[in-house]
Amino acid sequence: MTPLVIAFYAFAVSTIAGGLMTVVSRNPVHSVLWLILAFLSSAGLFVLLGAEFVAMLLIIVYVGAVAVLFLFVVMMLDVDFAELKAEMARYMPLALVIGVVLLMQLAIAFGVWGFADGVETRLAQPFTDAENTKQLGLVLYDDYFLLFQLAGLILLVAMIGAIVLTLRHRTDVKRQNIVGQMMRDPAKQMELKDVKPGQGL
Amino acid sequence: MLSQDLNTILPEIVLSLFAMGALLGAVYTVKDRAAPLLVWITSGLFVAVAFWIGTTGQGTTTAFNGMFVDDAFARFAKVAILLSAAAVLLMSQDYMQKRDLLRFEYPILIALAVVGMMMMVSAGDLMSLYMGLELQSLALYVVASLRRDSIKSTEAGLKYFVLGALSSGLLLYGASLTYGFAGTTSFAGIIEATQDDVSLGLLFGLVFLSAGFAFKVSAAPFHMWTPDVYEGSPTPVTAVFATAPKVAAMALFARVMHDAFGNSVGDWQQIVAFLSVVSMFLGAIAAIGQTDIKRLMAYSSIAHMGFALMGLAAGTAFGVQAMLVYLAIYVAMNIGTFAFILSMEKDGMPVTNIASLNMYSKREPLKALAMLVLLFSLAGVPPMLGFFGKFYVLQAAYEAGLAWLAVAGVVASVIGAFYYLRIVFFMYFGAEHDDHLDTGGSPVLWGFLVASATVMVIGVVNLFGIEPLAAAASVALVN
Repeated sequence: MTPLVIAFYAFAVSTIAGGLMTVVSRNPVHSVLWLILAFLSSAGLFVLLGAEFVAMLLIIVYVGAVAVLFLFVVMMLDVDFAELKAEMARYMPLALVIGVVLLMQLAIAFGVWGFADGVETRLAQPFTDAENTKQLGLVLYDDYFLLFQLAGLILLVAMIGAIVLTLRHRTDVKRQNIVGQMMRDPAKQMELKDVKPGQGL
Repeated sequence: MLSQDLNTILPEIVLSLFAMGALLGAVYTVKDRAAPLLVWITSGLFVAVAFWIGTTGQGTTTAFNGMFVDDAFARFAKVAILLSAAAVLLMSQDYMQKRDLLRFEYPILIALAVVGMMMMVSAGDLMSLYMGLELQSLALYVVASLRRDSIKSTEAGLKYFVLGALSSGLLLYGASLTYGFAGTTSFAGIIEATQDDVSLGLLFGLVFLSAGFAFKVSAAPFHMWTPDVYEGSPTPVTAVFATAPKVAAMALFARVMHDAFGNSVGDWQQIVAFLSVVSMFLGAIAAIGQTDIKRLMAYSSIAHMGFALMGLAAGTAFGVQAMLVYLAIYVAMNIGTFAFILSMEKDGMPVTNIASLNMYSKREPLKALAMLVLLFSLAGVPPMLGFFGKFYVLQAAYEAGLAWLAVAGVVASVIGAFYYLRIVFFMYFGAEHDDHLDTGGSPVLWGFLVASATVMVIGVVNLFGIEPLAAAASVALVN
């Protein structure tokens, strides 16, 4: 066994173990931590595949942002996971049957997997021999210009959607009036009163 | 090179720039008070762009290395999408304003969804397909839960979102299997790779892709979201769901099946035929027990998609032509029907219960008559236009050697006629009661209702000349 093979099996086993424990662990915080393990191990798998950019992306975006967000949500929301689990347990047998059937079908599909003729020449398009990051830079704003712009539009829709669904203009709250604050005239803000002893204002 | 590419997608660019400009303009000025004006401007722009695409487009042009295809098929679908979106947007204004739902983001989101749909029907690559699909879906998820104070509306949005994400996952898995087999995501490359025998793995990819599309067109057995989303969303949004996205998703389905998998018609024909027959029967039978007209229209749309899929199942150019004609007629019918549903209200509140239509003909004879024509057309009763649409797809299926499918279609349409005719029965011979619906209503809705009903009657003369256009479109796709 070469070191490469050993590394592959180590990452593969920890990915699957991480995924499994995400689903079965009782404590939701532990679930998120297991999920992070699964992300990290799959990043390792990507490195083995020679896709180092995707691996780094996985760590930065998924571990750095998404998983931490999950952690916050899980800790802050008061979700009764025990109840959810009980609900899930009811459907477990059916889910298991479907899962096993699906797994067997996929085994059949990959068992007789064949590639089309000339797959290699098509796969090479439109990439060069440069390293990942450079290749992505070469195609992203050139060959994939349209997709890049569309991705921007999708993000715009996501932003509009988030605002439409959550922004409320409340009228019963006091807001800071910055212009009003700055335009205040110091001379008029305070008034001196000469209060005579024994009398109120 | 880039300037040519940009020239090809100019209609999409114009619409996206308009959406962004309108967003900025409305945010920095009067916000929601600009909404009614924006609705009219957006509709006007849709019609103008439809006219532009319909009159100037010629031949087949590809852009961005084949990621974007502009051919007669795409243009036919785009014109249908733009016109139906414009009509539905105009219809929604009055309803949404009354319920304080009309926010300026609504027309903008619809415009962006339309850009997504236009990308879908023009996709020449699995990646641009997915981008268009997500752009469309994401905008529609948001408008589904536009009435955020109502539990039903937010539930509709959430359900649509979660199930939509699941179906996108299925679709992406299918796309990755296809990519694994062919080594390319472009349709031209895939069809080249599938010239000889296809492997079992590619078949799995094809099945997963079809499942994703079936979800988007709400074909059984991937229809579960449809009734709940239709019922929960605000009615104008339901009208949007029932028209333009259906055309876009069906056109996309047809494009992928013919452009990318045109060499393996025999393989996908059985999948599409299965989806078709299950949708027709499920739509016809499950609608019988419904008392809410929006839920009923959801099942009706499932059944109609079954018929449209029958045209695709034929696997021939004539089949695609029949599908396009069917979709055009379906959209025209649904615009009128939803104009009627939008005008159903009592004391200013929307009503969707079918029983409230009892003896409607006595108080509103003209509207009842228009609705009668539309329901007959939806049921496929001759001599309305809906009958010719059904006849078209049945003929296509029969000529392609799928006689069993055509027979099943006839049986399903007879079962389905029951629930349409039941509404007619309520309107004309129902029980007398005091719970009257309001009379009158917005002139825009009235106009669309009557116009749509008129189209159903006089369209039988020559189908407004869409037949040769659909034929040209189908020839551009299937060759």
